[in-house]
Amino acid sequence: VTTDVVTRTVSRAAVPFVQLFGLYVIAHGGSSAGGGFQGGVILATSLILLIIAFDLQYLKRLATERTLIVVSAASILTYAGIGLVSLLFGANYLDYGAVPLPLPVPEVRGLMIEVIEAAIGFNVTAVMTWIVADMLTKDEENT
Amino acid sequence: LRRVVALITVLLIGALLMWAEGDIPPFGDADTPANTYVGREYVEVSEEEHHVSNVVTAVLASYRGLDTLGECTVIFTAGIAVMLLMRREGRL
Repeated sequence: VTTDVVTRTVSRAAVPFVQLFGLYVIAHGGSSAGGGFQGGVILATSLILLIIAFDLQYLKRLATERTLIVVSAASILTYAGIGLVSLLFGANYLDYGAVPLPLPVPEVRGLMIEVIEAAIGFNVTAVMTWIVADMLTKDEENT
Repeated sequence: LRRVVALITVLLIGALLMWAEGDIPPFGDADTPANTYVGREYVEVSEEEHHVSNVVTAVLASYRGLDTLGECTVIFTAGIAVMLLMRREGRL
Protein backbone atom coordinates (compact mmCIF):
# COMPACT_ATOMS: atom_id res chain seq x y z
CA VAL A 1 0.00 0.00 0.00
CA THR A 2 1.67 3.16 -1.20
CA THR A 3 -1.05 5.80 -1.45
CA ASP A 4 -2.16 8.46 1.01
CA VAL A 5 -4.56 7.65 3.83
CA VAL A 6 -7.04 10.25 2.53
CA THR A 7 -7.11 8.60 -0.92
CA ARG A 8 -7.60 5.20 0.61
CA THR A 9 -10.39 6.26 2.97
CA VAL A 10 -12.33 8.24 0.37
CA SER A 11 -12.06 5.45 -2.21
CA ARG A 12 -13.15 2.87 0.33
CA ALA A 13 -16.20 5.01 1.14
CA ALA A 14 -17.02 5.73 -2.51
CA VAL A 15 -16.74 2.19 -3.86
CA PRO A 16 -20.09 0.84 -2.50
CA PHE A 17 -21.99 3.78 -3.99
CA VAL A 18 -20.29 3.39 -7.35
CA GLN A 19 -21.10 -0.32 -7.35
CA LEU A 20 -24.71 0.31 -6.37
CA PHE A 21 -25.04 2.82 -9.19
CA GLY A 22 -23.48 0.36 -11.65
CA LEU A 23 -25.92 -2.38 -10.65
CA TYR A 24 -28.77 0.13 -10.94
CA VAL A 25 -27.72 1.07 -14.47
CA ILE A 26 -27.51 -2.61 -15.45
CA ALA A 27 -30.86 -3.49 -13.89
CA HIS A 28 -32.62 -0.42 -15.25
CA GLY A 29 -31.55 -0.96 -18.85
CA GLY A 30 -35.01 -2.17 -19.84
CA SER A 31 -36.91 0.91 -18.82
CA SER A 32 -34.55 3.88 -19.10
CA ALA A 33 -31.16 4.86 -20.41
CA GLY A 34 -28.54 2.33 -19.43
CA GLY A 35 -27.80 -1.32 -19.98
CA GLY A 36 -25.14 -3.93 -19.68
CA PHE A 37 -22.24 -2.19 -21.35
CA GLN A 38 -22.60 1.10 -19.50
CA GLY A 39 -23.37 -0.44 -16.12
CA GLY A 40 -20.59 -2.97 -16.53
CA VAL A 41 -18.06 -0.22 -17.10
CA ILE A 42 -19.29 1.65 -14.00
CA LEU A 43 -18.92 -1.54 -11.94
CA ALA A 44 -15.44 -2.05 -13.34
CA THR A 45 -14.58 1.54 -12.43
CA SER A 46 -15.18 0.78 -8.77
CA LEU A 47 -12.81 -2.19 -8.88
CA ILE A 48 -10.19 -0.18 -10.80
CA LEU A 49 -10.50 2.57 -8.18
CA LEU A 50 -9.63 -0.06 -5.58
CA ILE A 51 -6.56 -1.05 -7.60
CA ILE A 52 -5.43 2.57 -7.89
CA ALA A 53 -6.10 3.52 -4.27
CA PHE A 54 -4.68 0.33 -2.75
CA ASP A 55 -2.75 -2.04 -4.98
CA LEU A 56 -3.25 -5.09 -7.13
CA GLN A 57 -2.88 -7.46 -4.21
CA TYR A 58 -5.90 -5.86 -2.55
CA LEU A 59 -8.05 -6.67 -5.57
CA LYS A 60 -6.59 -10.16 -5.81
CA ARG A 61 -7.88 -10.90 -2.32
CA LEU A 62 -11.40 -10.10 -3.57
CA ALA A 63 -11.13 -11.69 -7.01
CA THR A 64 -8.19 -13.40 -8.62
CA GLU A 65 -7.61 -13.19 -12.33
CA ARG A 66 -8.85 -16.73 -12.69
CA THR A 67 -12.17 -15.67 -11.11
CA LEU A 68 -12.51 -12.75 -13.52
CA ILE A 69 -11.87 -14.96 -16.55
CA VAL A 70 -14.34 -17.56 -15.32
CA VAL A 71 -16.97 -14.86 -14.70
CA SER A 72 -16.63 -13.37 -18.17
CA ALA A 73 -16.63 -16.74 -19.90
CA ALA A 74 -19.63 -17.83 -17.86
CA SER A 75 -21.61 -14.74 -18.81
CA ILE A 76 -20.96 -15.27 -22.51
CA LEU A 77 -21.99 -18.90 -22.08
CA THR A 78 -25.18 -17.74 -20.34
CA TYR A 79 -25.99 -15.52 -23.29
CA ALA A 80 -25.22 -18.23 -25.86
CA GLY A 81 -27.04 -20.75 -23.67
CA ILE A 82 -30.23 -18.69 -23.84
CA GLY A 83 -29.93 -18.89 -27.60
CA LEU A 84 -29.49 -22.68 -27.47
CA VAL A 85 -32.44 -23.08 -25.08
CA SER A 86 -34.68 -21.26 -27.53
CA LEU A 87 -33.44 -23.64 -30.23
CA LEU A 88 -34.55 -26.52 -27.98
CA PHE A 89 -38.10 -25.16 -27.87
CA GLY A 90 -38.32 -25.00 -31.63
CA ALA A 91 -37.64 -21.32 -32.27
CA ASN A 92 -34.76 -19.60 -34.03
CA TYR A 93 -31.44 -19.06 -32.31
CA LEU A 94 -31.84 -16.31 -29.64
CA ASP A 95 -35.59 -16.10 -30.27
CA TYR A 96 -36.10 -16.53 -26.54
CA GLY A 97 -39.80 -15.62 -26.53
CA ALA A 98 -40.44 -19.33 -27.16
CA VAL A 99 -39.17 -20.45 -23.76
CA PRO A 100 -42.29 -21.80 -21.98
CA LEU A 101 -42.39 -19.86 -18.72
CA PRO A 102 -45.76 -19.24 -17.02
CA LEU A 103 -45.88 -15.69 -18.38
CA PRO A 104 -47.15 -14.05 -21.55
CA VAL A 105 -44.61 -14.02 -24.37
CA PRO A 106 -43.71 -10.28 -24.19
CA GLU A 107 -42.89 -10.61 -20.49
CA VAL A 108 -40.73 -13.67 -21.13
CA ARG A 109 -38.84 -11.61 -23.68
CA GLY A 110 -38.51 -8.73 -21.21
CA LEU A 111 -37.19 -11.09 -18.53
CA MET A 112 -34.68 -12.63 -20.92
CA ILE A 113 -33.54 -9.15 -21.97
CA GLU A 114 -32.76 -8.40 -18.33
CA VAL A 115 -30.83 -11.67 -17.98
CA ILE A 116 -28.86 -10.85 -21.12
CA GLU A 117 -28.15 -7.32 -19.88
CA ALA A 118 -26.84 -8.73 -16.61
CA ALA A 119 -24.64 -11.19 -18.52
CA ILE A 120 -23.25 -8.38 -20.68
CA GLY A 121 -22.66 -6.27 -17.56
CA PHE A 122 -20.68 -8.91 -15.69
CA ASN A 123 -18.74 -9.77 -18.82
CA VAL A 124 -17.71 -6.13 -19.33
CA THR A 125 -16.86 -5.70 -15.65
CA ALA A 126 -14.69 -8.79 -15.54
CA VAL A 127 -12.83 -8.05 -18.78
CA MET A 128 -12.16 -4.38 -17.96
CA THR A 129 -10.80 -5.21 -14.52
CA TRP A 130 -8.83 -8.10 -15.96
CA ILE A 131 -7.18 -5.88 -18.60
CA VAL A 132 -6.12 -3.29 -15.99
CA ALA A 133 -4.89 -6.01 -13.66
CA ASP A 134 -2.83 -7.59 -16.43
CA MET A 135 -1.27 -4.28 -17.40
CA LEU A 136 -0.25 -3.66 -13.80
CA THR A 137 1.16 -7.13 -13.28
CA LYS A 138 4.12 -6.36 -15.47
CA ASP A 139 4.76 -3.03 -13.74
CA GLU A 140 4.82 -4.52 -10.29
CA GLU A 141 7.44 -7.05 -11.28
CA ASN A 142 9.83 -4.43 -12.59
CA THR A 143 9.72 -2.30 -9.46
CA LEU B 1 7.42 19.82 -46.90
CA ARG B 2 5.70 17.17 -44.78
CA ARG B 3 3.82 19.89 -42.95
CA VAL B 4 2.63 21.47 -46.17
CA VAL B 5 1.45 18.10 -47.47
CA ALA B 6 -0.32 17.42 -44.17
CA LEU B 7 -1.99 20.83 -44.24
CA ILE B 8 -3.19 20.33 -47.81
CA THR B 9 -4.53 16.88 -46.95
CA VAL B 10 -6.41 18.21 -43.94
CA LEU B 11 -7.87 21.09 -45.93
CA LEU B 12 -8.90 18.73 -48.71
CA ILE B 13 -10.65 16.34 -46.32
CA GLY B 14 -12.27 19.28 -44.58
CA ALA B 15 -13.59 20.63 -47.86
CA LEU B 16 -14.92 17.18 -48.77
CA LEU B 17 -16.72 16.92 -45.44
CA MET B 18 -18.18 20.42 -45.80
CA TRP B 19 -19.35 19.49 -49.29
CA ALA B 20 -20.97 16.27 -48.09
CA GLU B 21 -22.57 18.00 -45.13
CA GLY B 22 -25.20 19.54 -47.38
CA ASP B 23 -26.73 16.10 -47.95
CA ILE B 24 -27.33 15.32 -44.25
CA PRO B 25 -31.07 15.35 -43.58
CA PRO B 26 -32.33 17.81 -40.97
CA PHE B 27 -32.17 16.57 -37.36
CA GLY B 28 -35.34 14.73 -36.32
CA ASP B 29 -36.70 14.53 -39.87
CA ALA B 30 -39.27 11.72 -39.99
CA ASP B 31 -38.85 11.03 -43.70
CA THR B 32 -35.20 9.95 -43.79
CA PRO B 33 -34.36 6.34 -44.73
CA ALA B 34 -33.20 5.69 -41.18
CA ASN B 35 -36.56 6.69 -39.75
CA THR B 36 -38.97 5.22 -42.24
CA TYR B 37 -38.50 1.48 -42.70
CA VAL B 38 -37.29 -0.82 -39.96
CA GLY B 39 -36.56 1.93 -37.46
CA ARG B 40 -40.17 3.07 -37.35
CA GLU B 41 -41.27 -0.55 -37.08
CA TYR B 42 -39.10 -1.04 -33.98
CA VAL B 43 -40.44 2.09 -32.29
CA GLU B 44 -44.02 1.04 -32.95
CA VAL B 45 -43.98 -2.65 -31.98
CA SER B 46 -41.16 -3.14 -29.48
CA GLU B 47 -43.24 -2.07 -26.48
CA GLU B 48 -45.91 -4.77 -26.92
CA GLU B 49 -43.47 -7.38 -28.20
CA HIS B 50 -40.95 -7.13 -25.39
CA HIS B 51 -42.56 -5.43 -22.42
CA VAL B 52 -39.57 -3.12 -21.96
CA SER B 53 -40.05 0.58 -22.50
CA ASN B 54 -36.51 1.26 -23.71
CA VAL B 55 -36.50 0.69 -27.46
CA VAL B 56 -32.69 0.84 -27.60
CA THR B 57 -32.43 -2.09 -25.20
CA ALA B 58 -35.05 -4.07 -27.13
CA VAL B 59 -33.14 -3.56 -30.38
CA LEU B 60 -29.80 -4.34 -28.72
CA ALA B 61 -30.80 -7.50 -26.89
CA SER B 62 -33.59 -8.90 -29.03
CA TYR B 63 -33.78 -7.75 -32.65
CA ARG B 64 -29.99 -7.53 -32.88
CA GLY B 65 -29.27 -10.18 -30.27
CA LEU B 66 -26.76 -12.12 -32.33
CA ASP B 67 -24.81 -8.93 -32.99
CA THR B 68 -24.64 -8.19 -29.27
CA LEU B 69 -23.47 -11.75 -28.56
CA GLY B 70 -20.70 -11.09 -31.06
CA GLU B 71 -19.81 -7.85 -29.27
CA CYS B 72 -19.49 -9.70 -25.98
CA THR B 73 -17.21 -12.21 -27.66
CA VAL B 74 -15.12 -9.35 -29.03
CA ILE B 75 -14.67 -7.94 -25.51
CA PHE B 76 -13.72 -11.37 -24.20
CA THR B 77 -11.23 -11.82 -27.05
CA ALA B 78 -9.74 -8.41 -26.28
CA GLY B 79 -9.21 -9.53 -22.69
CA ILE B 80 -7.49 -12.72 -23.85
CA ALA B 81 -5.28 -10.74 -26.25
CA VAL B 82 -4.19 -8.34 -23.50
CA MET B 83 -3.47 -11.31 -21.24
CA LEU B 84 -1.31 -12.96 -23.91
CA LEU B 85 0.60 -9.75 -24.56
CA MET B 86 1.09 -8.43 -21.05
CA ARG B 87 1.36 -11.45 -18.78
CA ARG B 88 4.80 -12.33 -17.50
CA GLU B 89 3.84 -14.53 -14.58
CA GLY B 90 3.28 -17.81 -16.39
CA ARG B 91 0.35 -19.88 -15.23
CA LEU B 92 -2.76 -18.32 -13.75
